[in-house]
Amino acid sequence: MMRLPAFTYRAPRTVGDAVLWLAESPTDTMLVAGGTDLLPNMKRRQQTPKTVIGLKGIAELTGIRASGHLSIGAGTTLTALVNSADVRSRCLGLWQSAAQIATPHLRNMGTLGGNLCLDTRCTYYDQTEEWREAIGYCMKKDGTTCWVATSSKRCLAVSSTDTAPMLLALGATVTLVSAKGTREVAVADLYNNDGMQYLTRRADELLTSIDIPDQTGWASTYWKLRRRGSFDFPVGAAAIALKRDAGGRVELARVVLGAVASQPMPSPKAEAILVGQVLSDDVIAAAAEAAYDVAKPMDNTDFELVWRKKMVRTLVTNALRELRGDDMRAVRMSLAKQVL
Amino acid sequence: MSHAFRLSFTVNGEPAEVLVDSSKTLLEVLREDLNLTGTKHGCELGECGACAILVNGEPVLSCLALAVEATDSHVTTIEGIGQGGQLHPLQDAFADLGGAQCGYCTPGIILTAKALLDRTPDASADQIKEALSGNLCRCTGYLQIIESVQKAAEEMRLRPDLQVRGTET
Repeated sequence: MMRLPAFTYRAPRTVGDAVLWLAESPTDTMLVAGGTDLLPNMKRRQQTPKTVIGLKGIAELTGIRASGHLSIGAGTTLTALVNSADVRSRCLGLWQSAAQIATPHLRNMGTLGGNLCLDTRCTYYDQTEEWREAIGYCMKKDGTTCWVATSSKRCLAVSSTDTAPMLLALGATVTLVSAKGTREVAVADLYNNDGMQYLTRRADELLTSIDIPDQTGWASTYWKLRRRGSFDFPVGAAAIALKRDAGGRVELARVVLGAVASQPMPSPKAEAILVGQVLSDDVIAAAAEAAYDVAKPMDNTDFELVWRKKMVRTLVTNALRELRGDDMRAVRMSLAKQVL
Repeated sequence: MSHAFRLSFTVNGEPAEVLVDSSKTLLEVLREDLNLTGTKHGCELGECGACAILVNGEPVLSCLALAVEATDSHVTTIEGIGQGGQLHPLQDAFADLGGAQCGYCTPGIILTAKALLDRTPDASADQIKEALSGNLCRCTGYLQIIESVQKAAEEMRLRPDLQVRGTET
């Protein structure tokens, strides 16, 4: 049996206590919400914090408040998010991204904040201690070499969160609280394209809430690539949000790819192609090609990387056709293998 | 480093108190401290569903739950859903229709199905598939599992008196 390494467990009841305790020793303390990402990693000794701060007892971290904008507590479970009529009616793309995460059991446990902070993933990293020792470890943990590309100066582990690309496309912000104060950060600024330093969150900060601006006039969608209809992390994804005028002409566009870099990857070129246009087949093809250009999948996930890159075109095309109003239900079912 | 704490919670309708280490998972406490070995350890990483139990009526993976965080909760394991010598309708149906073959995934699947039927007594085949999409089975090909859940659902609708223990939330 794989046992967790020893640690001291602390359970604050308020955000104030949590950040005070976190400030005591931020670099060897880890926060745990649902535990579905951290605990497997701890069992494999990818993370071995001295102290674990459990966030489950902090009531102020949960709940979804809908006024003009949508404010979601970081400790809200993915199941609660999927069951929220406000989320589904206001940001369909976010609902689609959350509904496709892992499995029902894991969504009952995992939280939105946890999915945003999800550790980056890699076939050379998500392995047991013995396995990693056998290859001399890797750059991300205990080693110096990136085995995905041995000349790489940086870690190439993959951003594997489903909700981050979508929240970025929705123009969301997050609140980060530390003992020193509170700051709001756009989801677009929460990530670095670095498999190790993938978050701009400081080690002494707690992500407390996610705010999504008023989505009036916007429509969004999320398309995910994975092997099975459940369990699997994305190996490619397209998160798109569009604001269109009454004639269907795109006024604003956000096109963000998931799982093709160490961070959610926007495609400003694809966005520029869409703005001012109606979604003709030619415009969709041009935007899909621009998105394809920014996708840099590496050979460190399930499936073959050239095919994953090609599938970016398909995902973006499908997403834009769906937003145009094409009936994509059968295509979506064939990819998602899940009723959505 | 880690320290012992007194875990007090309700297991299968009965109060339980046990001194455990803070780094133990709920799966380890159920199997090793409470001798409830009906809950299986499979992948231990959240990739199979074999260790699924109900916490406050919701299916969760006991291998990824810290025991310390189960304080004051109501836990239901496979040992707790029958009554005396009488099996739960789901257990009956799985035995009758070949829903269990090697049986290793069965406790997790039955508890997950129970949570579904408690909330949605007339669950469709699609709803059953979705609810069980986090439980892997290497033997049955899943068809007999879905049929077993459907048969149990029918029994439970016809004979509500058969819905026995383990419904506390």
